[in-house]
Formats: sequence, C-alpha cells, structure tokens
Amino acid sequence: MLEIKNLSASIGDKEILRGVNLVVPDGEIHAIMGPNGAGKSTLSYVLSGREGYEVTGGSAFYNGQDLLAMEPEARAAAGVFLAFQYPVELPGVGNANFIRTALNAVRRARGEGELDAVAFLKLARTAIKNLSMPDDMLKRNVNVGFSGGEKKRNEVLQMALLQPGLAILDETDSGLDIDALKIVSEGVNALRGPKFSALIITHYQRLLDHIVPDYVHVLAAGKIIRSGGPELALELEAHGYAGLEAA
Amino acid sequence: MAAVIETLETVDALAAQKYKYGFETNIAMDAFPKGLNEDIVRMISAKKDEPAWMLEWRLKAYARWRTMEEPNWARVQHPPIDYENLYYYAAPSGPAPKSLDEVDPELLKMYDKLGIPLNERAALAGVESPTVAVDAVFDSVSVATTFRETLAKSGVIFCPISEAVREHPDLVKEYLGSVIPVADNYFSALNSAVFSDGSFVYIPKGVKCPMELSTYFRINARNTGQFERTLIIAAEGASVSYLEGCTAPMRDENQLHAAVVELVALDDAKIKYSTVQNWYPGDANGKGGIYNFVTKRGACRGKNSKISWTQVETGSAITWKYPSCILQGDNSVGEFYSVALTHNYQQADTGTKMIHIGKNTSSTIISKGISAGHSNNTYRGLVKIMPGATGARNFTQCDSLLIGDECGAHTVPYIESRNMSAKVEHEATTSKIAEDQLFYCRSRGLSEEDAVGLIVNGFCKDVLKELPMEFAVEAQKLLAVSLEGSVG
Amino acid sequence: MTALPTRKLEAWRYTDLKNLAAISFVEATPTKIVAPLPDLGIPRIVFVNGTYNAALSTPPDFLSSFAKVVDESSLPLVQINAAHAHDGATIDVPANIDAGAVMLVSYANAEMPMAFHPRHRVVLGEGSKLTIIEVAIGQGVYWHNPVTDIILHEGAALSHYRLQDEGLDAFHLATIRAQVAEKAAYESFSLVIGAKLSRAEFHATLSGPNATTHLNAAQLLRGRQHADFTSVVAHKAPNCASRQTVKSVLSDHSRGVFQGRIEVARVAQKTDGYQMNQALLLSPHAEIDIKPELEIFADDVKCSHGATIGALDPEQIFYLRSRGIPEDQARAMLIRAFLTEALEPVTNEAARVFLEDTIETWWARK
Repeated sequence: MLEIKNLSASIGDKEILRGVNLVVPDGEIHAIMGPNGAGKSTLSYVLSGREGYEVTGGSAFYNGQDLLAMEPEARAAAGVFLAFQYPVELPGVGNANFIRTALNAVRRARGEGELDAVAFLKLARTAIKNLSMPDDMLKRNVNVGFSGGEKKRNEVLQMALLQPGLAILDETDSGLDIDALKIVSEGVNALRGPKFSALIITHYQRLLDHIVPDYVHVLAAGKIIRSGGPELALELEAHGYAGLEAA
Repeated sequence: MAAVIETLETVDALAAQKYKYGFETNIAMDAFPKGLNEDIVRMISAKKDEPAWMLEWRLKAYARWRTMEEPNWARVQHPPIDYENLYYYAAPSGPAPKSLDEVDPELLKMYDKLGIPLNERAALAGVESPTVAVDAVFDSVSVATTFRETLAKSGVIFCPISEAVREHPDLVKEYLGSVIPVADNYFSALNSAVFSDGSFVYIPKGVKCPMELSTYFRINARNTGQFERTLIIAAEGASVSYLEGCTAPMRDENQLHAAVVELVALDDAKIKYSTVQNWYPGDANGKGGIYNFVTKRGACRGKNSKISWTQVETGSAITWKYPSCILQGDNSVGEFYSVALTHNYQQADTGTKMIHIGKNTSSTIISKGISAGHSNNTYRGLVKIMPGATGARNFTQCDSLLIGDECGAHTVPYIESRNMSAKVEHEATTSKIAEDQLFYCRSRGLSEEDAVGLIVNGFCKDVLKELPMEFAVEAQKLLAVSLEGSVG
Repeated sequence: MTALPTRKLEAWRYTDLKNLAAISFVEATPTKIVAPLPDLGIPRIVFVNGTYNAALSTPPDFLSSFAKVVDESSLPLVQINAAHAHDGATIDVPANIDAGAVMLVSYANAEMPMAFHPRHRVVLGEGSKLTIIEVAIGQGVYWHNPVTDIILHEGAALSHYRLQDEGLDAFHLATIRAQVAEKAAYESFSLVIGAKLSRAEFHATLSGPNATTHLNAAQLLRGRQHADFTSVVAHKAPNCASRQTVKSVLSDHSRGVFQGRIEVARVAQKTDGYQMNQALLLSPHAEIDIKPELEIFADDVKCSHGATIGALDPEQIFYLRSRGIPEDQARAMLIRAFLTEALEPVTNEAARVFLEDTIETWWARK
C-alpha cells in the first residue's frame, strides 16, 4: 500500500507539490490527471527518488517503508517501478544485459537467486511474445534508435519482467498510436492482481479506456483537488480542467 | 595580335570588377618618415596631442616589441616583412576636421563611392531615422564620426580613440590593454606602440545603444601600415551592436594591417561585434594584398554578460585573426560565428579562443571555411575549461568546403578540460560541393557559378544569419563575387 | 644522446618529459621473473628488460634474428631508440600466408632505474595475414622506449592489439610506424592502463589505393597517471579509409591526451577519414587535452572529427538505479558501454576476451 501524506516538494526555489494526500491500497489502480504544470511528473520523480527535487514536507510510505529515505535502487528493490515519460537512451548498453542486471539486482535485494543468461532469455522471450514486441528488442542498445512507441513498450517490457508491486506510469500514453496503446495497456492489465497497484499519470482519458482505474484524482497547482470514480475522467474529458478549477 | 590585346583588356576589366573597392583616392597627405624607432613613436603621440602617460605606454610597448619575434606557428607563408620600410603614420594634411562640413570633399566622395553613409543631413532633416552611426578611419586617422550628438543624448560615447585619450583619460587608462596586454603577441605590441586611430565606444550603465555603431576602415596610402585600435566598453546592463568594414586600393605591394580590438562587458552587458573584412586580397597570381594580422579579444568580466563575434572574412592576402572571449563572469556567454573564404593565393588562419573561467559559462563556435583556387584556409581554435568553470558548456562546429583540387583546408582545434561537470562537444567536417547539388541547381537553369554561390551561401547560412540585416545582404553578394572564376 | 623532446615542440605540448629527464637510467640487465606472464596458448615472443628470452619464448617460425637498423627519422624518441636499440622482434611473413596470431610480451623488473629501447620490425608479404597481441608489463622505475616498424605489402592485413599495463612507476613511450600498401589493412587497438607516464605515437602512411587503417584506443587512468595518444595518418593514395576512435576514462588526478592528425595529399581523392575522441571525467581533478587536426589538400574527400568531453550522465545513472541497479554498478555499466565502441574492431576472439577481462579486473585493482 502506498500512503502519501501532505507531501510538498520544490525544484530550486519553485514549490511544485503543495501537500499531496493519497492512499493507493494493494490491488487498486489510481489515475492522476491534471493540467500541464500541475506537478504530475514531479510526483512520480519524487516517489522514485530522482535528484534535483527537494522534499519540503510530508511523507510517502510504501508497504510501511519510508520511500523518501531510500536510494532509487532500494525503492526499485522494494517494488516501486517508474515507467518514464521520456525513457533514457543508454548507448553501448545492450537491452538484455541491462534488464538482466536490473532483474538480478532486484532479486538479490529480495533474497532471491540470480538468473543465468539462459534462464533470463527464456523469461524475456516469453514476455516479449506476450507483449507482441519484435525479438530484436533485446539485442539493441537500451532505447537507442527506438521510436517513441518502442521506448514506451520497452518500459512495459521491463515492468513485466521486474514484476513490481507498485507501478507509476508517467504519461506512458503520450506519443503512442492506438495499437501501441493497446499493447501497453494489456501489459499493465496482465499485472493486475491483489498484490499489484498502479498510479497512472495521464493528461487524457483515452488510456483509461484501456486500463480502467478504480479511482481518479485531479492534481492542480500541486494539490489533489478532486477525487472520484472512473466517471470523473469522462467528465474532465468533456469539460476540461478549466471549468473544474473554477468550481 | 589585336585579339590578344582585347583579351588582356577584358581580363583587366574583369579583375577590376572583382575587387570593386580597388580605386585610389588622390588627396594631399602628411606622412612621417619610413621606419620605426622611438622618435616615430614620439611623433605619433605628439601629432595626436597625447598626454605623457599615453606616450610612456607607447614607449614601453615599443621597447617590448623590439625584444619579440614574429610568430611563426600559423599556417601562413610570406616573405619577411621589412618593418623599417613602412610608413607608420599617414593622414590627410591640414588640421583635423571639426565637423562633417570641414571634411575634404574628395574623402566624402570616396566614402560615398564605397557606399558608406557619412551624411547626417537626411537623417537630421527627418527624412529617414538614423540606424547606423559611422566612424570613418582613413589610413591613420579618423576623418569623421557621425551622429555623435544623437548618441551623446543617451550617454553613449562614440569617438575616435585619439580623442578619447584626451577627453576620457580615466576610461582609457582603466581599460586600454586590460583585455589584451601590450606584450600579448608581436603584433599587439607593435600596435600598442604605433596605433594611430580607431574607435572608442562607451555604453553607460543600463543603456541600450539606440543605433548600430559602425567603423569603416580604409587603407589608401602606399607602403603604409594601418594600426587601428578599438576599445568598446559596455557597463552594467548596457548593450551595443558594432559593425566593422574594411577596404583598400589594389596595389602590387603588400600592406600591413595590425589592429587590436578590445571589448569589455560588465555585469549583464552585451556586445555584438560584426566584421565584414574585405581588404584587397591581391590579384589572381597572389601579387599584392593586405597582411591582416589582427588581435581581437573580449572579456566577459561581469556575470551574465555576453560577447558575440561574427566575421565574414573574404579579403586580405593573409588573415591571421582569432577573436576570442574570456568568460570570467558566472553565466557569461561567448559566441564566434565565422565565414572565411579564400581564393586564388589567399591564406587565412583564423578561429577563436574560448576561455571558460566562471561557473556555468557557455560558448558556441560555428566556423565555415571555404577554399578555392590555390588558397589555404585554416581554422585554429582553443576551448579551455578551467577548474573553476563548473557547469561550463561548449559546442563547436567547424566545416570546410573545398572548391577545386589545388587548395587546402585545415582544422586545428585545441580542447582542454579540467572540470568534470563541463560538457564540450566538437564536430568538424570537410567536404566538397556535391555533384548532385550542382546538377540539381543547373537543371533548374542556374549557371554553375550561380549554383556554387547559392550552395556556398547555404553552407554559410548559420553564420550569415547572425549579421545585422544590411550587412548580411552585403556579405552574401561578397561571397558570390569573391568566388568568381573558381569553377569551370 | 639526442635530447628528449620538450613542451616547446608542438607535438609535445601536452606531455612533459621533465620527470623522465630527471632520472639517470642504467643499462638494462637480465633479471628474474616475479610475475606470471600472459599465455594465450599461441606462439609467444618474450623480452625481459628489453632482451629476447629464448627460454620463455615459443617463437613462431617466421621470427628472424635482430638486425641493427639505420634510421634517419626526425622524431627525437626514434633517434634515441636508434642509438640504443640492441634487440627486438623481427617478424617476416612471406606472401600469401595466414600466419595466425602471436604474442609479443615485454616484461620489465627494474631494481635500479633502467632504460631499454627495443626495435621491432614486422613485414607482411603480399596477401599475408597476422595478428599480434602485444603486452607490456613490469615493475620498478624503468623507461620502455620501443619503436615498431610495420610494412604491409599489397593486400596484407595486420591486426595489432596492444595492452600497455606497465608498472605504475614506469615510463612507456612507444612509436609505431606503419606503411600500408594497396588494399592492405593495418588495424590496431591499444588498451592503456599502466605506466606513470605513457605515450603511444602512431604514424600510419596509406601509400597505395584502397589501403585502410584503424587506430583505436582506450585509456583507463587513475592516480596521477598521464597517457598520451598521438597519431598521424597520412593519406597518400586515393580511396583510402582511416578510422580512429579513442576513449578516455579519467579518474583521480589523471590526465589524458589525444592528438590526431589526418593528412590528405593532393592525389588522395576519395579519402574517407574519421576521428572521434570521447572523454569521461570521473573526478574534479582529472584533465583531458584534445587536438584533432585535419590537413587537407584534395577536394573530393570526406573527413570529419568529433570530440566530446563530459561526466557520466546523471539521467542515465538515475534510469539504471530506478530499475534497481546500485549506483556503483550503474556507473561501471555506463563506463563499460562507453568503451565498447573503441573495442569493436577487435575481431580476434582471443584478443578481445583477453582485453575485456583486463578491463574487468581494472575495477578490482583499486
């Protein structure tokens, strides 16, 4: 379970999050919507431990662990996975090597045995097949020369293999065509279960047609100003954020 | 026989057309005896009514110069220069003109012929609004500076440097030689001893200079060295755009031009310095032409300051010139945009130095070299990141284009980094005009020369777009004209 | 003796030999072997303190005896070598033979400061092939000043992989000169991890049409190590290609130098020349100096160089860490990825594994 209490954070002198409160119980998928500059990406970076963000108040616990006190890799080992809005390119690093190194680091931290190259490849090939991705995805360098859609699919592939307890999807739908959107959504839906929860950050309703959330929250000016069921997303789609903020 | 003569005449006419600034102006001149010694230095100083401190400064520089040797590291070759066989001072005779009305009509005619507006009347009568103020330097002296009063209203000082020495000694004392020390190099020492005139610009705190400032240099007299000295200071928050143009008559012998230009930008100040250098390049056989040995450097002394050099170098037999930036203030910015075109037997060795000292300083270098004929064109540059320049950035792109297989294109960048957080990127390419580009243009009806001109202008676009509008158009024409006869 | 070059010479502006000049060296003498010599199960030529050691060698049959050479080079270090060279490997492969791979090992054990100046010579006949894996190791204060002359006749191919892993008090100043004839290929990769101060200076002349050369290197430096990679590739015939990729990983107070020059003569139309130098600075005290030069006298050419200098990208480190990879491991992965490109042309499997293993163990050496 993810519990965010009164979380405030800033970049330099600029306050971005101004007291976010949010609880995501295991098994649930919550969507966070909001206008540009509301702090959606900041929330995902603060939860995953990126440098450059100063937490000025509040707390974030995942399964009782103080996320904000942990190194990024420790958060990953604890089961937090961030699907990046802009996945980073790693020239010279093979995708298979990268994912296997990550998987083994996480398994080690969890006290599980490491996978050898053969066992890993078997696992990865299955995941790739399930996600209808081309086989050469593993051979290429991480995200180098990938199209926008391929990068996002690569994020979902990593998620499928790392089996996180909490996935944070930061605008994963941006730049995706409808086929890719379906594949990505199926990837997330396949993980759904009593031990999996997700925070889906998105600007638009369309991703939520494919990954139906249990709750929808609206983040504006660094605060959650409204929460509701899936119907709230439809309402936002129809009326925009402007009307809502005025209300 | 007749046909031969006719051909020769045609060739002569063509040659004259190619360098349209090659005429000579007949005007009564004062000149000092040839050669250089302490007495000549004293005479120059006396002629300009200089205070004692200025003479002392010159004499010190002279003494240093005597101990120095001409640099030989650049990729240029020339017969030894006989410094004793040069005139170090030449000026139109008679007392200095006090206003435009007193300027010799021959001179005004000459500037008119060159397309340099020394006429304030139209603007003052309200016919057109002034956009450019001009300081015109003829051989060793400034003959006219326009719009001085208009500028004075906003506190801007724009005058010949010889006048500034007398009228604004505190400013000159503080800044002259502060960016380029007297003994920085052989030519800067020589210039410091014998500099005759040039422009002085001071933009006071918070002032955005209301019009473009421009200096127009003309070497007319025979066997005369021109040693211009320019000093531009932009105080806190000030900004200025300055243009410089140069021409000389066509002569068989080589002439020396050894200028020193110093720029100082204080906190939040911006200086944009643009040059279109079109000194006489010599004839198609490499005879004559200017030796252009110039030291230009700007100090970004204040935080958030910016100095931007843009140069289009098409003239001179030899160009030896490295407009540089010392990025001392935190967040200061240095830029160097250069087009250097060499043709026939011209030689150019030019580039820049970007010295990063302050935090988060950034620099951009875009250099385009075009070699044609038997010419040699070298880019030489230094990017140096000092240990304290945390967060410094440099991007360098230098491209060379070869036209014909008798010329040379060379690239000699030095990159030195001593700060891990600095990011330096350098790219350089050498290529020729692609056959398919040429063919494509020609299939659309362009002549080969026009096609080359078009492609070369495209190649230089990133630099030309940095020039002020009036100059950009001129520069484009200049590139095309300078390339005439390079294809076919 | 010819004077050592000083920084006044443009070619030496970034490498100062005054620490070398301050040492008085004695003549090298035979010594005992106190470290294991690398063995890849291929013929091996071993020099100990600059002298051929028959007992430790399993020479290939094309090794002939050393013959003193006359040299009129203007390079100071080559002159010094010529004056002192008394031994060296002379490899002469006749035409149309695939001579396989051979190891050339230099081992030094200096109880007193000592200098040795081997002169190696490699000649490949028309259409012949050879791979040389050269390793320089040792301990103590010594100056290793090898000159290697390489002559590749038409269609010959030499792969030359060098590991410079000299002792940390050593000076290693190597000069390699290669003449590459028509359709011949000289391919080299140098891994530089040893010596207090080192320089590898390559002069490759592409003298016949369609000749090619690769001069690649990786420098991994720490402490106060100084390593200089200098190359001059002379394109003297049409349709030749040269490639240089040099990567520097600099930690602590180390300093890397890359000077590369591509010279294209008027006749060398259709030249394809490329240089890339990339440096990673891992410490605030590390320094890199780069001078890539193009000198071009032919118009129909494609020449380029590029250089980048920077630290590890924090974005990339964060991406790896967000996937659970600890920071140290993330950094190591990125550095290895950085080196990958320079290692690409190492096509000989044994050499590649050997060099990769050396890089792996470099991490553990600290």
